[in-house]
Amino acid sequence: MAGSTLEIKDLHVEIEGQEILKGVNLTINGGEFHAVMGPNGTGKSTLASAVMGHPKYEVTKGEILLDGENVLEMEVDERAQAGLFLAMQYPSEISGVTNSDFLRSAINAHREEGDEISLMKFIKEMDSKMDTLDMDKNMAQRYLNEGFSGGEKKRNEILQLMMIQPAIAILDEIDSGLDIDALKVVSKGINEMRNDDFGCLIITHYQRLLNYITPDHVHVMMQGRVVKSGGPELAQRLEEEGYEWIKEELGIEDETVGQKA
Amino acid sequence: MTVEVSLPYDKEYITQFSQGMQEPEWMKNLRLSALEKSESLPLPKPDKTNIQGWNFTDFSHNVEGDKIESLDSLPAEIQDFLDKEKDQHNLVIQRNHTVAYGTIDQKLKDQGVIFTDMATALREHGDLVEKYYMNDAVHMDEHRLTALHAALMNGGVFLYVPKNVQIEEPIQAIFWQEDPKASLINHILVVAEENSSVTYVENYISNNKEEQTSANIVTEVIAKDGAKVSFGAVDNFEAGTTVYTNRRGVAYRDAVIEWALGQMNEGNTVSENITHLIGDNSHSNAKTVAIGRGSQKQNFTANITHFGKGSDGYILQHGVMKDKASAIFNGIGKIEHGASKSNAEQESRVLMLSKDARGDANPILLIDEDDVTAGHAASVGRVDPIQLYYLMSRGISKFEAERLIIHGFLAPVVKQLPVEAVKRQLTQVIERKVY
Repeated sequence: MAGSTLEIKDLHVEIEGQEILKGVNLTINGGEFHAVMGPNGTGKSTLASAVMGHPKYEVTKGEILLDGENVLEMEVDERAQAGLFLAMQYPSEISGVTNSDFLRSAINAHREEGDEISLMKFIKEMDSKMDTLDMDKNMAQRYLNEGFSGGEKKRNEILQLMMIQPAIAILDEIDSGLDIDALKVVSKGINEMRNDDFGCLIITHYQRLLNYITPDHVHVMMQGRVVKSGGPELAQRLEEEGYEWIKEELGIEDETVGQKA
Repeated sequence: MTVEVSLPYDKEYITQFSQGMQEPEWMKNLRLSALEKSESLPLPKPDKTNIQGWNFTDFSHNVEGDKIESLDSLPAEIQDFLDKEKDQHNLVIQRNHTVAYGTIDQKLKDQGVIFTDMATALREHGDLVEKYYMNDAVHMDEHRLTALHAALMNGGVFLYVPKNVQIEEPIQAIFWQEDPKASLINHILVVAEENSSVTYVENYISNNKEEQTSANIVTEVIAKDGAKVSFGAVDNFEAGTTVYTNRRGVAYRDAVIEWALGQMNEGNTVSENITHLIGDNSHSNAKTVAIGRGSQKQNFTANITHFGKGSDGYILQHGVMKDKASAIFNGIGKIEHGASKSNAEQESRVLMLSKDARGDANPILLIDEDDVTAGHAASVGRVDPIQLYYLMSRGISKFEAERLIIHGFLAPVVKQLPVEAVKRQLTQVIERKVY
């Protein structure tokens, strides 16, 4: 089997004492695209943050394994170096640090000392990826996410994804706040990543992203768990019928876990 | 402990010193009356920092430095300030109290530009200096330190840019306190006549970690109608030097004064940076970055006072505090009555790297006019854990992530410094002080 495998087993996560995830099970293999869907407030973003190691989220039970290695014992930077990537819903703005300096640091952090990427090669790669994403070249010299519009931030997350080339990526609502043209551009970038070695978990509550990126597996989250899984046809049915039928089928009245998305 | 340390320099010493330097009569008289004032005037009272016990009087006043025959003979730490790939035509290097090296582009000379050490300026352009010296910006009798400065001034430069002259290349001064006891009592006077423009950058450096001395620096920048002055500085006195530095600007109609100050002293420091926006539509941008470490105490005041209509002032102060250092950042935007349509903005931020450090950001707006806009932002806190998380999620180590954030935090001044070598040198100083 090519690529890496991310296994999430019976994951329970709390934020400020409140349990948000109540036993999530999910396995993503290299070459697979998974979509996690669900209404707001059902724990989707918490899942993404917990896998990456966000400081506010506490894992109280369960396991996260990357190729059998215990991810929960790793620092955030070690998780990234092991092959995980999270395109964030709300990326930080960092003043005074140019986008390109940051990206070079990030790429070099994935390489051995003495094997740093050459400046020429870096610029060439960045230019070509920025072209794919239809980004203005001067974004490279702007400070990291500072003053970027919502759409620019999302493109910048995908630029990082394309430059870093992780084994497993989680995209947290990468489609929110994008108009249809931007959505197409971002999808193009993500589809370019598709190969047998790359696994991807796409979190969204709109089906429309999945018109451009076809998932192999679709999961629905409610009440902090994965309540239903299926193929691309599941996303299609959600698009047509919404989430009510799942709630009825499973006897769920309130799908949220008592927090705002 | 009594703080009334009497000055080891008297009337007779000053008279002889002035005569020895062949100074004009007015200068000698200014010195003597300042000496008298210094006995009765109180020390300044910077907000929230008690400087009563600080050393402002124990130092060597007149220490010669050797001539510098060629720039290659300079020690590496001084060469670091020079853009070696470029020929620097406009450069003064002061070593202790002697001008060791000085050069100015012949073309600028022909246009009437003056850039020379203060002693030469007083001898050769005495009348011109007299017109501006402690007249429009800083006054001799403001407090004991300005009086001491006037009485004992022993270095500095005079930069004069005639009407309509635009100087493209930056003008650089390096002040090197080589002798550990030498006191730099520098006076920097920059006069930009109507519609002229100039970029000036200066460096202070010393190596007296143990020996105690004091620096008392007064800078006056006069920007006439339509003139533009960009002023950059990296102060890097060692721990033994107690520093008083007063940088003041006066901007007339449509004039612009930009300050980019890297205040990297290791010892106790009182720093004032005040700009008077006298003329209508005048503009000032005052940026300071500072780092405190060890047990040093520092007080930084940035003040822009608006008199002219439609004047625009922006203050930025960013400080990084570690160990047991403490620093007060006072940002003051003052709009006088009549300065309608003016705008006063300020931002003071302090990043704390240790729990024993102390940092205060005090943004103050004093507004005596209705038809104006103003705003301020202030914060004191640790490195944002969410920013760290974001950088680390890309594989960057915690150490490197913090480093990026801190350099980014101090970038507003680094970016604005005109000479590449000085930028690089400030980045190195930041690196050395933070880690």
